[in-house]
Amino acid sequence: MNLVSAENLRKIYKVGEIEIEALKSVSFNVKSASFVSFVGPSGSGKTTLLNLIGCLDKPTSGSLKVAGVDTSALTRKKAAVFRGINLGFIFQDFNLIPVLSVYENVEYPLLIVQNVSAEERKKRIASLLETVGMTDQRDKYPDQISGGQKQRVAIARALVTNPRLVLADEPTANLDSKTAFMVIDIMRKMKEEFGVTFIFSTHDQRVVREVETVYTLQDGMLVEDAVREGGINV
Amino acid sequence: MFKLFKIAIRNLLRYKRRTLLTSSLIAVGVMFVLVFIAASGSFKYIMIGQITDSMLGHLQVHKRGYVASIDSLPLTLNLSAKAKEKLEQTIKEIPEIEAFSPRIKFGGMFSNFIETTNIRINGVYPDKEIATIPLFPSRIKQGEKAIKKGDILIPELLANGLKVKVGDTVVVIATNKDGSVNGKQFVVGGIIESVTGPGGRDGYMHIEDAMEVLRMKEIEISEVAVRLKDFGKLNAVNDKMHKLLSEELNKQGKPIFDVRTWERLSPFYNVARMINIMTFFIKIMLISIVLISIMNIMIMAVFERIREIGTIAAIGTIPEKILSLFLIEGFSLGISGAVAGNILAIIIVFVMSAVKITFNFGRQTGMALSPSLKVNDMLFISAIVIIASVIAALQPALKASRMEPVEALRHV
Repeated sequence: MNLVSAENLRKIYKVGEIEIEALKSVSFNVKSASFVSFVGPSGSGKTTLLNLIGCLDKPTSGSLKVAGVDTSALTRKKAAVFRGINLGFIFQDFNLIPVLSVYENVEYPLLIVQNVSAEERKKRIASLLETVGMTDQRDKYPDQISGGQKQRVAIARALVTNPRLVLADEPTANLDSKTAFMVIDIMRKMKEEFGVTFIFSTHDQRVVREVETVYTLQDGMLVEDAVREGGINV
Repeated sequence: MFKLFKIAIRNLLRYKRRTLLTSSLIAVGVMFVLVFIAASGSFKYIMIGQITDSMLGHLQVHKRGYVASIDSLPLTLNLSAKAKEKLEQTIKEIPEIEAFSPRIKFGGMFSNFIETTNIRINGVYPDKEIATIPLFPSRIKQGEKAIKKGDILIPELLANGLKVKVGDTVVVIATNKDGSVNGKQFVVGGIIESVTGPGGRDGYMHIEDAMEVLRMKEIEISEVAVRLKDFGKLNAVNDKMHKLLSEELNKQGKPIFDVRTWERLSPFYNVARMINIMTFFIKIMLISIVLISIMNIMIMAVFERIREIGTIAAIGTIPEKILSLFLIEGFSLGISGAVAGNILAIIIVFVMSAVKITFNFGRQTGMALSPSLKVNDMLFISAIVIIASVIAALQPALKASRMEPVEALRHV
């Protein structure tokens, strides 16, 4: 079953009088519980595509369905609610909330977005912090932990709402090799354990080697015969 | 909501110095406004007290048309004995009235047998007058604190000018309403302090002596001064008296009586109004300080946290909650400033009361200011500050809540 289904997806940005076509008629499908990566050079449209899948932006034309919902028809508020329920985000710069502790950062989506009961929150956060190995650091603030630890917290935050899809934009770009592998390993375990679908945008070969499906983007188009299955080296 | 408060407070504490400076600015503004209200209010009430309790009374009733000609003290516009009786009957029916004092006011000549000058005189019933204006005895600087028959109390300036002392014999000559002139000898029973305001430089004598000077066979009064049990009910009693007395009509079918509060009789009311206007403008200044300082800090907060706003929006925070988060930050700044300002104001007003600041007004010297803070004023000013804080935070909060997450996340 397809979790994400895109057909003839186009995105045009206007910069003053100039139109820039960031995505040119892109079509693809992503199955549930898969580990997918979009690769390509800078400016190839990876982040634009992730923004569209993540309902952070709307396509200029074409159809995009995420979890069976036509996301281009969602209002700003409905899109926020949809993201809060169905999607998780992992950012290149971790984007933790600096005034909240590790525990509170993971708790934030449950409390502010989903309004989950205190007991359930405690259970889920404890389990996830244990999985990402951050239980000991739960009371620390983002400026008191390392980059790798921040990304582990970000993973826990992305997964705490039990989303169907996690979007990770260059999740290992700011990490050393050892930490990057640890982070990828955690995400794969999550995928296997909870059946979560992960979609990455990356040009990090360490990530590409680990994913099941790779889509290559170039100049806003999916490169022909660039779809490779089974964690093939690109 | 509690969690949003927690995050908002932590966001404010993220920039401690900036938050402290803004809160301090608001606190100092609140403090100045409250201290000004307390001090000016005290000044105003002392002055009102002086005017109403030593001269005017809280309300006065005249024959319609008298007040317009009050400078000439026209005896032809006095209230007849019948009207006086009706008026007294009405006054007695109003339970809010504590006391009243009928007065005959007239102008005449005052002579010490060497020099002669003009004088304005109030003929009064001593006990009723003192019950109506209880500070009157304190104005008697020399002589017995009483108004006896055959005595006249003269204003200090007149006594000094004519070199008249207590116990001297003097003559008062007056023209009655028919135009005939009469004179009577009096003994100076006391010298009274001259005070600022209408009637502040009048002489006093017993009402029966005034009738004798004016050759009145039947009493005809110029005015009735009224004292209320509760000054706060001034307007209500004024309305009640208006209603009750408006039914009394003259032959032309027009009302006989003219009821006026002290405000419509004393020029000091304009000073009191000026104080109120100044207080209003000071409140406007406070609101401006709050609006500008909070808007400034909140605009900076939004600008500095664009990526953070993008992040919380991306992970599913709805626009209304982002709006609330920033509004709560503004609200919290307002609350902290208002609370600190109230505490500072209480301390300063306490110190001012303890130090006993004195001031002079006209010829009255050494009046002690006794500022006090009213809970209503504190609540009102705090509410103004908090509302202004939320309004100031609204524009930046709306900007934050309307940000496109994708744009915000792209911000460097």
